Amino acid sequence: MRVRGKGKEHGQEQKHKRDVIVTTIARLMIPFIQMYALYVMVGTEGAGGGFQGGVVFAASFVLFVTAFGITRGRRRLPESWNAALSSLGLYFYAGIGLLCIILSLFSAQYLNYGALPLWEIIGRPETRGLMITFVVEVGIAITVMAVFTSIFFDLAWKGEEDKEDNKEEGGE
Amino acid sequence: MIIPLDLIALFFLVVIALAAITVRDLLAAIVLLSAYSFIIATVWVEMHAVDVGFTEAAVGAGATTAFLIATLARTRRWEKR
Repeated sequence: MRVRGKGKEHGQEQKHKRDVIVTTIARLMIPFIQMYALYVMVGTEGAGGGFQGGVVFAASFVLFVTAFGITRGRRRLPESWNAALSSLGLYFYAGIGLLCIILSLFSAQYLNYGALPLWEIIGRPETRGLMITFVVEVGIAITVMAVFTSIFFDLAWKGEEDKEDNKEEGGE
Repeated sequence: MIIPLDLIALFFLVVIALAAITVRDLLAAIVLLSAYSFIIATVWVEMHAVDVGFTEAAVGAGATTAFLIATLARTRRWEKR
């Protein structure tokens, strides 16, 4: 009977050798992709871009998995983090909506950003709602990033696990 | 909006779509769908719908292609006749 962890590492090393060009390019590209995702999310004024920013952020994890393998990718973003992040973004969104009702003492509607008194603190009336959409978009992007990454990890992980199981059965 | 450019791009879209549903190699079909997404993203941008074009490029050409290739790794590559 072989130790499972040892066999796993051995099988992975045999199957794909990491190419130095691919890993170097991925190392160079991933920070820029994530920076660009942040720019798409919150860099421009006005609403919109949370979904696209989240998808671009998830694409950086897809590139990481393609270059460094699924086990290292899973170690970088564990499954429990995925579950926590995908609900955290939803709580951001729903919490801002509820905050609008609570802070306006039940006179404003759900997600009525203008009712939040944040613009009085900043002092510029034209920015009312802008800071709030900032938070809402970060919430949307976190959820989209977690869900897209989770879908890709599930699709890619099962394939490698099955192959390893078959190999172990054949070896023993 | 440039009409001849749109017509050329839409012609290529029809050709790529027909090729994607007739080809037997499923990996080639996935790459053709990625090319379809990329061309329609350029068409959106050229029609001044940058938001839609960006979403199409991120989701259609990026995420969906990765998902489909990851799915294809679990099944066989060639379609049965």
